[in-house]
Amino acid sequence: MFRWFHKLASTRNFYRLAEILSPWLAVLCALLLGVGIFLGLFVAPTDYEQGESYRIIYVHVPSAWLSMFVYMVMAFCSLLVLVWKMKLADIVAEVSAPIGASFTFLALATGSLWGKPMWGTWWEWDARLTSELILLFIYIGYMALRASIDNPSSRARAAAILALVGVVNIPIIHFSVDWWNTLHQPASIMKFDTPSIHPSMLLPLLLSALGFTVFYFVVMLMKTRTVVIERESKSAWVRERIAENRL
Amino acid sequence: MHPKRKQKLILVGLMVAAVAIAAGFILTAFNNNIQLFFSPTQVVAGEVPEGAEFKVGGLVAANSVKRIGDGLTVEFELTDNGETIPVQYTGILPDLFREGQGTVSVGKLDANGVFIAERVLAKHDENYMPPEVADALNKTKAAQGVTKAGKTQPYGADTVQMQ
Repeated sequence: MFRWFHKLASTRNFYRLAEILSPWLAVLCALLLGVGIFLGLFVAPTDYEQGESYRIIYVHVPSAWLSMFVYMVMAFCSLLVLVWKMKLADIVAEVSAPIGASFTFLALATGSLWGKPMWGTWWEWDARLTSELILLFIYIGYMALRASIDNPSSRARAAAILALVGVVNIPIIHFSVDWWNTLHQPASIMKFDTPSIHPSMLLPLLLSALGFTVFYFVVMLMKTRTVVIERESKSAWVRERIAENRL
Repeated sequence: MHPKRKQKLILVGLMVAAVAIAAGFILTAFNNNIQLFFSPTQVVAGEVPEGAEFKVGGLVAANSVKRIGDGLTVEFELTDNGETIPVQYTGILPDLFREGQGTVSVGKLDANGVFIAERVLAKHDENYMPPEVADALNKTKAAQGVTKAGKTQPYGADTVQMQ
């Protein structure tokens, strides 16, 4: 098992794999997002309480899930950096941060748009909203820290430690609605119980969430390839590819 | 595993554990400040700040909403199925405000123990379903004689969740 892991950890092999996978994932992403969003916005029934406004969940919930998922990817990569000094993991963590921050911002913004007509407020300092805002600040802090250190190996270590410290916020975000009383409703799907959402509304949501996840991988692979090329611009295989004009 | 890596892995594990414990202590210490609102039971028990603004959350009691005077002023009762307190509010209510629905009000207690709200927020529950399903569920419940006035029983939930 560890053999393929070591093989994948080589930036050159990863580059090759990303090159092959990317177009397929891009097509899959377009399909999932297209079908998911179409079903969600036009086919799924209206909600008995919220009417049409609930349809924002087809964007809000996937972005909120992804904001946490991307962070977990970053944290896992940071572990690989600290313990195994894996260079590729450092690159994946680096390129994931802005993507995760964008999803966090999207979750906060769409939640705010929904909150005004439904709750009657754009923002409330409840535990769920505040912890998600802290996640955005952690992402921004992580990017700022990376940008402020020039030495690549100390940058990788410092960033990895910050990412692992910030990981405690993830369970806080998830369980905030159970631990404290909040304005935000409890989980509808991510719980050990039947989902509190009708199947006709759940299916488009799951498709959309899967689409968002694949979107993350497409963008992450694309950006990882760029950074790999940039960092290894002096290596033989990159020069060879440049000479053959196939990057 | 290489002993040096094992050592590092343990170190990272300890670091994350330490941060988690520290966060746990901080959050427990600030528990009261993180709670968004007080419950009617806490208000009746006198646990709320006197003369200062605070938030109170609960369900709007069935058949308690009354419009008085100018038509903009609303009186209703807020309950946590234990204690109930009267609330008065002048202004526009959010779309989801209705009897049996969760709500959070921001304001102060007056001398008579009436909560004078400056803002009323609607709290949504985690249930999503088409209106037909809600109607069907409502009818079933009605047939069983356990309807909740003004509130359609949520899909997949037996109790109204409100902390």
